[in-house]
Amino acid sequence: MSAVLDRLQRFLPQLVLAPTTVAILVFVYGFIFWTGWISLTRSKLLPRYDLAGFQQYITLFQNDRWWVACKNLVIFGSLFIFFCTVIGLLLAILLDQRIRLEGAIRAVYLYPMALSFIVTGTAWKWMLNPSLGLERLVQQWGFENFTFDWLVNSEMAIYTIVIAGVWQSSGFVMALFLAGLRGIDDSIIHAAQVDGAGLPRIYRRIIIPSLRPVFFSAIILLSHVAIKSFDLVVALTSGGPGYSSDLPATFMYAFSFNRNRLGFGAASAMMMFFGVMAIIVPYLYSELRSKRHG
Amino acid sequence: MANRDGIVAASGRSAIAGRIFIYALLAIFVIYYLLPFFVMLSTSLKTMDDIRTGNLISLPRQITLEAWSTAWDSACIGVSCEGIKPYFWNSIKMVVPAVLISTIIGAANGYVFSKWRFKGSEVLFSLLLIGCFIPFQVVLLPMARTLGQFGLAQSLPGLIMVHVVYGLAFTTLFFRNFYVTIPDELVKAARIDGAGFFRIFWRIMLPVSTPIFVVCVIWQTTMIWNDFLFGVAFTGGATQPVTVALNNLVNTSTGVKAYNVDMAAAIIAALPTLIVYVVAGKYFVRGLTAGAVKG
Repeated sequence: MSAVLDRLQRFLPQLVLAPTTVAILVFVYGFIFWTGWISLTRSKLLPRYDLAGFQQYITLFQNDRWWVACKNLVIFGSLFIFFCTVIGLLLAILLDQRIRLEGAIRAVYLYPMALSFIVTGTAWKWMLNPSLGLERLVQQWGFENFTFDWLVNSEMAIYTIVIAGVWQSSGFVMALFLAGLRGIDDSIIHAAQVDGAGLPRIYRRIIIPSLRPVFFSAIILLSHVAIKSFDLVVALTSGGPGYSSDLPATFMYAFSFNRNRLGFGAASAMMMFFGVMAIIVPYLYSELRSKRHG
Repeated sequence: MANRDGIVAASGRSAIAGRIFIYALLAIFVIYYLLPFFVMLSTSLKTMDDIRTGNLISLPRQITLEAWSTAWDSACIGVSCEGIKPYFWNSIKMVVPAVLISTIIGAANGYVFSKWRFKGSEVLFSLLLIGCFIPFQVVLLPMARTLGQFGLAQSLPGLIMVHVVYGLAFTTLFFRNFYVTIPDELVKAARIDGAGFFRIFWRIMLPVSTPIFVVCVIWQTTMIWNDFLFGVAFTGGATQPVTVALNNLVNTSTGVKAYNVDMAAAIIAALPTLIVYVVAGKYFVRGLTAGAVKG
């Protein structure tokens, strides 16, 4: 009896991890495999398990709406990452100048991160609506020909998602950069000051280059947010007008759940999965490696 | 590593001008971040007439809480006209168990991954870590079927289970990274003294774990409360969480748009996480930046 208990004691760590291991293997890896399999079948409303090759992917790549979603992802992703990074870096540098009330200001910059994208989308949808929102405000200020109808303009709707996304996430990038700035060794900067270098020069030549790892993390994390963006589009434009502001995430949802095209939806989900993995796996690899060596 | 409070600028008249410039820029951004919330709040306190005649940033001519009470318990969402109150409670009933369960399991996992490594545990940890990053679209379809087969489709217990499963990667990561910083010698000494797996956890790890518990609980609460994707995919009608209900309220196309009610509902849906942020912002930020910045 005690021998059994002893053995049990020795395997306790494995036992504790067992439920999580099973859950991850089934609900993450098993499910990814299932989705991958279904994407290779002709499943419509119900899953079929007989493989049919890459037909769904071929249909996907011939689908106009999919390409609109991909193009939008590129537009949204690059602008979102660019503006979040620039604003985040600017705010972090400004806040790093021995600012009074720094804590309070930082808290204001960061509070949108605590909000749901649905709330953010609802707020911006109201502000950007052409009849009663910003457009009318500026018109009342005397600029009577001012128009700002991006929300209902199929050419411009995707940019409203950038506006709201940047508002929500730039404070987070600020926090990343500020943490990075606080980690820089003072003595290097003092040495540069003794050498007569001015502040802008010190920033350009010493501080910003030494933030490279933070740039790297921020861009990876933001691109991950961009690819997964779903709620914000749903709340702000519902992918419209038409499907002009669709992203892959809303595309996948529309075809899988509203139109019940299981195999087709699965193929689009797999494309998203490959996209995220192409970014994340090298990142994790380099993070884990540098942790081990550093 | 030296800890800096900030850059020291040179003094002089141009320095003063520089300071004014910096504060002005900071103030502009304060307005930029606060404006949407201000607009939401003031719109929610207006009457519809006031909204039509005023503008985005005009103050309410007469403050009324009518929109708030409509949003809370009489606005129509789908076929039921009970406001977002029932969905608000759904979210609470979902968040509390999901956060507690995922945090407790995460603590135990993190303890093993940091202090009881075994052959293969690192590989397991890497496998788990990837779970933090997968786009959830890739598990939506099989999860919907699985929940259906177990009779959990469109139910809160099903949604709670989903949040627990996909929260585990994060909670484990938090605790693992925290426990790694506790010296191994402490654990070794306790083992020599005859303390077992649970005793060490109970007596050595848990007493110092309060900060990471706070970080983890806040992170999970925010993530699960704010979730929309799982909510919209796995619940419907009476069981939807507040984010889904809010979206349904705002995006219904029937009748006259009541912007004041929309805004009141949005603030109500945002309040719990906002309160958590105001009360424990420090820990929220720590959760956000955990793992993203080294050192």
